[in-house]
Amino acid sequence: MDLENQKRVLEFSEKYGAENIVVLLGAADAEGAGLACETVEAGDPTFAGPLTGVSLGLACYHVCEEEVKQEFDEAVYEEQVSMMEMVLDVDEITEEMNGIREEFCKFC
Amino acid sequence: MNSVVTGTSYVMVHVPDMVMNNGTTQTTERVVNPNSEYLKEAPKHLRSYEDALAYYPNQCYIGNITPEELEAVPFPWYDKKSDKPERYGHFGEIMPQDEFYLLLQISDEFELVKLEKDFIAATRERFSQNPIVTEHMLSRLQEGLSEEEISHLVKDEHAEPLLQGDKLIGCVKRAHDVDPNLSAHVMLENLVAKASGVLALAHGVKNSGLSPEDIDYVIDCCEEACGDMNQRGGGNFAKSLAEIVGLPNANGSDTRGFCAAPAHALVEAASYVQAKAFKHVAVCAGGCTAKLGMNGKDHVKKDMPILEDMLGGFCIVVSENDGKSPEIDLAHIGCHTVGTGSAPQAVISALVTEPLEKAGLTILDVDKYSPEMQNPDITKPAGAGNVPEANFKMIGALAVKKGWLEKKELLNFIKEHGLTGYAPTQGHIPSGVPYIGFARENILKGEMKRVMIIGKGSLFLGRLTNLFDGISFMLIPNSGEEAGEEGGVSKDSIRKLIAESLRDFAASLCASEEEKA
Repeated sequence: MDLENQKRVLEFSEKYGAENIVVLLGAADAEGAGLACETVEAGDPTFAGPLTGVSLGLACYHVCEEEVKQEFDEAVYEEQVSMMEMVLDVDEITEEMNGIREEFCKFC
Repeated sequence: MNSVVTGTSYVMVHVPDMVMNNGTTQTTERVVNPNSEYLKEAPKHLRSYEDALAYYPNQCYIGNITPEELEAVPFPWYDKKSDKPERYGHFGEIMPQDEFYLLLQISDEFELVKLEKDFIAATRERFSQNPIVTEHMLSRLQEGLSEEEISHLVKDEHAEPLLQGDKLIGCVKRAHDVDPNLSAHVMLENLVAKASGVLALAHGVKNSGLSPEDIDYVIDCCEEACGDMNQRGGGNFAKSLAEIVGLPNANGSDTRGFCAAPAHALVEAASYVQAKAFKHVAVCAGGCTAKLGMNGKDHVKKDMPILEDMLGGFCIVVSENDGKSPEIDLAHIGCHTVGTGSAPQAVISALVTEPLEKAGLTILDVDKYSPEMQNPDITKPAGAGNVPEANFKMIGALAVKKGWLEKKELLNFIKEHGLTGYAPTQGHIPSGVPYIGFARENILKGEMKRVMIIGKGSLFLGRLTNLFDGISFMLIPNSGEEAGEEGGVSKDSIRKLIAESLRDFAASLCASEEEKA
């Protein structure tokens, strides 16, 4: 996750409270999604950004995960996400995200 | 009448020592974590020039192997060596760092690039063998300074060092005492973009078969910005390149649009030519020092060589219709507008399906798509996946949604209509344009009927807008019409009519002779 986004996530969680934040990802693969999830839950694993050593434990989901999909207006999801849903390995992404959430999420 | 692509060039420069000194991943690390393991390890992962030549994707970029031949090489590629590590390819060349330093000085108008005199003497002869190096270029090389003088400029005058291995062989001076836009760092970045752009433009003009006098406009579409503190990014790279290459009749200007800039610039060039404002427009760009070693940390972590040690450059010459070269179809361009949105589905629809539907075609009617052609050998180990493949999957998925393709055919679609990525991760360099050279050849051979070039850009990087960006166009076979034949009978038709009349006349003469006999 780039440094600017880390900074924004940190600022939002300070402003609104970590329990009120859900981070939604659109990463193209499980590894990328997992890294971003780990960053906003356990801290920046690359030790480069503002979230280094900061374990926010935020609720974090990929937009193609079933829990998130159910929250969408079906027509909007069809128009905005369905093509990518066909392209991405949703099972692999879900497995990766579940693993990281189980370990680090404080608000899931 | 459509404009045509008359020539292309693709060049690279191997600059291992710039990776450590000018790549932002490394320079940032030096600031925030000067004693890091990465900084200690990275130099051990730099490649030799011979290894960079033997790297299959580099040979593909300069045209010595096709993307199909590259795809046949088992992945990953970084641990394999081509048995034909050629410097020159029919699209361009891979220049070594020491020769590039000479080109850097040649490209400098303000005596900012200083080189050590023995270094110049040792490199000049080899450099002068390059077919694009002219006497005019060689005459711009300076005498050279002593090592002490260069060392003084670096230590006391804020000059940026130029290293060859461990040896300080030159520097780039600042162009102003206080203006940050003319600092040594910015001047080095801009001069490197200029010099590698010069290399690309010179090869492009040569490959087009045109004479330097024929080029009447140059569009530079690199990602750097030149100007002083009162007009940062004011330009003009294009005209400065044309001056060094020796294009006396060329005007020029710069187009910027992050990674999408080359595709924008090509649509502009085609429009200029089609509108008859100019006859031959060269679109070109040099490379970017900041992105050197961008994914170096991941490469080192995975015990790979640092593959981002190459500057990239390209040039596409767009000309009035010559009756044979592939045409740029301006009637059906794909365009990401302000209202398009940034969802991948919306982006791919705007860039791919909308222009095709306008032309009465489907996704399957395009032989090959060339979107972001980043080399997956570089991006996959860094967690960024296979970028071109992701694009082909999206295009295929859209075809499924449109009912043009069965979902089970998706993998076949990617194989048939996609390409393996091979371009260096230099932002604008991999975006759509790398395949134009191969596409031009395949269309000329009659092996392809339609190739789509897709440029995409991330505008959020400039922090002025969060909008996405992109523009696409298609290359199609020549319709057979030459410029100047519009609205009347073509030259070919006239020739045919004259030939027929002469044949008839000859036949009637023969007949009357026979009658007399």
